[in-house]
Amino acid sequence: MSERQIQLEVLRYNPETDSAPRFQTYAVPCLNEWVVLDALNYVKENLDPTLSYRWSCHMAVCGSCGMMINGEPKLGCKAFIHEYGDSIRVEPLAHFPIERDLVTVVEDFIAKLASVKPYLIPREDQPISAGEFKQTPAELMKFKQYTLCINCMLCYAACPQYGLVPEFVGPAALALAHRYNQDSRDGGRDQRQEVVASDEGVWECSFVGACSEVCPKHVDPAGALQQIKVASTIDWYKEHLMPWVKK
Amino acid sequence: MSRKPYLREVPKTTWFLRQPRYMRYMAREVTCIFIFAYTFLLICALGSLADGPDAFQEFLNSLRSPWGVLFNLAVLVVTAYHSLSWFVVTPQAMPIQRGEEFVPGNIIVNAHYGAWAVVSLIILIWGM
Amino acid sequence: MAKSNKPIFWGLFAAGGTVTAFVTPALVLITLFAAFGAGMDMFTYEAIHAFAAWWLGKLIILGVILLSLWHAAHRLRVTAHDFGIRADTVVAYVVYGLAALGTLMTIVYLLRI
Repeated sequence: MSERQIQLEVLRYNPETDSAPRFQTYAVPCLNEWVVLDALNYVKENLDPTLSYRWSCHMAVCGSCGMMINGEPKLGCKAFIHEYGDSIRVEPLAHFPIERDLVTVVEDFIAKLASVKPYLIPREDQPISAGEFKQTPAELMKFKQYTLCINCMLCYAACPQYGLVPEFVGPAALALAHRYNQDSRDGGRDQRQEVVASDEGVWECSFVGACSEVCPKHVDPAGALQQIKVASTIDWYKEHLMPWVKK
Repeated sequence: MSRKPYLREVPKTTWFLRQPRYMRYMAREVTCIFIFAYTFLLICALGSLADGPDAFQEFLNSLRSPWGVLFNLAVLVVTAYHSLSWFVVTPQAMPIQRGEEFVPGNIIVNAHYGAWAVVSLIILIWGM
Repeated sequence: MAKSNKPIFWGLFAAGGTVTAFVTPALVLITLFAAFGAGMDMFTYEAIHAFAAWWLGKLIILGVILLSLWHAAHRLRVTAHDFGIRADTVVAYVVYGLAALGTLMTIVYLLRI
C-alpha cells in the first residue's frame, strides 16, 4: 500500500482564546486509499488532540462531516486523498458561523427544516380502522428522490444566495417541503406555502444550481425549487384569475 | 465554556469570482442586459416601420456600421449562450414522469435543440 | 413571512426566457445580416409592413417583444442584487419601469401600423 506525505492546512478557531480563525498545518502520512476524514483522525490521534470536527458513519450516510476541502463543500469521508495534490486546505462549511475549529453552528439550519412542517399532514383525519395508506410505485417515485437528503448542509455552503441573504430558507429545507408536497398521502401543501412561497422561501433562489452540483446523494434540490416555483406561479394565477375555484 | 461563534463575511460584489461555477452563473445572468438592449433595438425598428418607408430605410442604414455589426455579433453570441443554458436545465424544472420512470434528461434537452433548429429555420426563411 | 408577489414577475420571466431561447438568436441573425448591408432587396418595407399590419403579425410581435422585455427586466433585478445592489425596491421600479415603457412604445407603434 502506497503512502504519501500530505500537508493538511486546517482552519483553527478557539472561541475562548482566539479573536479570529487562523490556519495550522499538519504533516500527515496518508495511505492512498484514505479520505480526508482519515487524515483528520490521524491528526487528532497522533498530532493534536485539540482539533475539533464532527463525523460519524464514515460512509456518506449520516451527513456529519461536511467541510470545505480546497474551497469546495464536500463530505470528509467522501473526499479521497488520491484526488488531491500534496497540500490540502480544510475549512469549516461556508456560510455558517464557526463554533470551534471545523464545527459550525447549525441552529439556523435546524430551525429552517422544522419551519417547512416536514411531516405528513393528511387531507382528512382518518381513524385507525380505515387502514393503511396505499401508494403505487409511480406515486412513490414522484417524491422518492427528495427523501434521500442526509442533512449534510453542503448545499447551504454552496448556495451563494444563502451566503448573501442568511434569511433564505435554503435548498435542503425547501426540497424537504417538496418531498412532502409531492407525497400522495399528504394534503399539507397550503400550510407549507406560508413559508415556502414567501420572499425568503423559494423566491430568494435564482437557480444557480450549485446546491445540486455538490449534493452527495443526488437529491437535486435545485430541481425541487424550480418545480415549487412553477407550482406556486400556477397557484398565483389560479388564485387571482379564477378565485371562485376551490383548491 | 463560553460560546463566541465567528461569522466569515461573504463579499457582496465579488463573491462570484471565487468559483468557476459562480462565474458561469453570472455569465448566464448578464445575458439579460444584451437581450434588453436588443429588444429596444427591435422596438426602434418597429417605430421606424410605423413612420414610413423613408424612416425604415434610415433605420436599416443606421444598422450598417461597425457598431451595428459588433453589437449584433455580441448579442448573437450572448443569446446563443442564453438558449443553451436555458434548455440544459429544463429537465430539472419540468421533469416528465411516465409511470415509474422519468424521461431521461438528455432526451428532453435534445428535443429542445431540435425544436430550436426548426423554429430558427422558419424565422430565417420567413425573414429573408 | 407573507406570501410573495414574485410569481407574477417570475411567470413572465419564465415564459419570456423560453420564447427568447427559441426565437431571439434567429432574429439576431437577421439583423446581423442587415447590419452587413447584405441583400437590401430582402428587407422590403412592403413585406415587413404587411406582416405588422396583419392582426396575427401584431400579436406575434407584441408577444415576442413583451415577453423579452419582462424576462430581461426580472433577470436584471436579480442580477443587480447579485452584484451587491441591495436596494431591491428601487431596482424593481427601474427595471419594471423600463419594461413598461417598452411595452407602451410597442403598443403605440403597433396601433399606428
